Amino acid sequence: MPEALLRARELTKTFGGLAAVNKVSLELWQDRIHVVIGPNGAGKSTLTNLLSGDLPPSSGRIELAGQDITRASPEQISRQGLGRSYQKTNIFPSFSVWENIRLAAQSRAAQQPWNPLRWLASAQADPAVNERAEAALELAGLDGRRHAIAGAASHGEQRQLEVAMTLATEPRVLLLDEPLAGMGTAEAERMVELLLRIKPRHAMMVVEHDIDAIFTLADHLTVMVNGTVIASGEPAAIRADRGVQAAYLGEDH
Amino acid sequence: MTAHASSLEALPTGLKAALAVGLAALSLFPFVGSDFYQQMVVRMMILAIFAMSLDLLQGVTGLVSLGHAAYFGIAGYALAFFTPPGEPVSLWWTLPAAMGLAGAAALVIGFFVVRTRGIYFIMVTLAFAQMVFYLVFDNKALGGSDGLYINFRPDAGVFDLENKRVFYYFTLVCMLGVFVFLRRLLWSPFGRALAGIRVNEHRMRAVGYGSFGYKLAAFTLAGALAGLAGYLWGAQSGFVNPELMGFHQSAHVIMMVILGGMGNFAGAIVGAFAFEIMLDVFKDLPAIGGFETGKHWQLWMGLFIVAVICFAPRGLLGLAQRLGARPGAPDA
Repeated sequence: MPEALLRARELTKTFGGLAAVNKVSLELWQDRIHVVIGPNGAGKSTLTNLLSGDLPPSSGRIELAGQDITRASPEQISRQGLGRSYQKTNIFPSFSVWENIRLAAQSRAAQQPWNPLRWLASAQADPAVNERAEAALELAGLDGRRHAIAGAASHGEQRQLEVAMTLATEPRVLLLDEPLAGMGTAEAERMVELLLRIKPRHAMMVVEHDIDAIFTLADHLTVMVNGTVIASGEPAAIRADRGVQAAYLGEDH
Repeated sequence: MTAHASSLEALPTGLKAALAVGLAALSLFPFVGSDFYQQMVVRMMILAIFAMSLDLLQGVTGLVSLGHAAYFGIAGYALAFFTPPGEPVSLWWTLPAAMGLAGAAALVIGFFVVRTRGIYFIMVTLAFAQMVFYLVFDNKALGGSDGLYINFRPDAGVFDLENKRVFYYFTLVCMLGVFVFLRRLLWSPFGRALAGIRVNEHRMRAVGYGSFGYKLAAFTLAGALAGLAGYLWGAQSGFVNPELMGFHQSAHVIMMVILGGMGNFAGAIVGAFAFEIMLDVFKDLPAIGGFETGKHWQLWMGLFIVAVICFAPRGLLGLAQRLGARPGAPDA
């Protein structure tokens, strides 16, 4: 493996005097899942928002495939191949499941604003977009639910949809913020299976609380507390770390 | 709640049939209606174009502009400015030029306003429109508060717009053309992206849409189409004054869109017609004792709109669909 796809150096975000994320560095590699854990308020979601451009960092540097994206907007970062999902389901509730995914896939269609004939072509008639959307729909296991209104789908299906929309943009780097949040056991298992299936083609960062999922998925584990990384490395080594047990894992078990 | 119950974006067959009947009635109207009523219907059709142009922003993209009359007025003034006192001017360059000027103004103003959201967007569009209003109001070369006369309707060459019936059909074709164009646009990739921005702009940006560009394009297009309406208004009435781009004009067109039902363009047409008909009804109310009821038409119009919003939140079109689809059924 020649180089990390995403590289963050000394990333810091302060709100007022408080450092929500304090000098965090991390690297994401293709075919590896980097799981970030930590108690509530540790700065995991803020870190995700910094990497995706939803929040501008106070200091530090982010590179995506060798390019500086530290000050780029969310849409620029998305177009450069980084996709993210949200902890709190963030979909188009009044659209069908299919339209949610198709719209995400359409963002990668060739834009020809100068061609008036394309203005009036039906959005459903672009074969390349439909193919991308179809692939993401199937991958996420939402095949039978394409006509359902997204806002009326079950919580688990909405979580699947979150991931499907992200996949429809064909990202190289995936940031998933608590993809299993609020899911039942069977749904969670399906999601873990999905993430393992798409792993070879992506560099992934997953923020997660579910201990079983964490150790099934993680190739690399980072523990954050109060905005700081207190441990980072092989999952087995982290599990054995006394400091981590005291700070985080011990509290849950 | 299904998509079809909550939105009339896809027009149900029953409504399409009703609209076709309406179109047939409009096509035949010049053979039965007097000159006076023909002119009234022309005005309604022009306002319907204006309302559809706003619906692209308000109903489709979710941008409530309180300054849309500025672009309507700019195109009307453009026609007045282009028309010499002694002879008509060609339709074929003045119409594109007037729409282009309105669109260019929308592009420049839009560059600043589409960065804002919600209440700020409303206030900034109003502020810019007021600037345009006073620029014209205080400018002697543009007739100041008196406005400008347009002595001749534009010369189309192949047909004669001075003929009332020809002008009627020309306006009808324009209205129909704008409707068909916007309906197609609604289902195009661009239209779907605008709808996505209305529903969840944050997520649109996260999947890679530059929402600024989309909103600016919609704002510009809406300005140019408002310009078409303003141009026709100037040609029909024979004069323009600052009121055309004033706050009341902007507010009325918002009410038309709400009244008819937002986001499907058919509602905007229905709303424009209903608004103008009710306006006439309220203005003609008889005096009761010493109280001149008709003079206070704005009061009755306000009450009427409040009643529609309370009892038919999806506008008159939504109400028609509800009554037509399930007669006697309880509210869906």
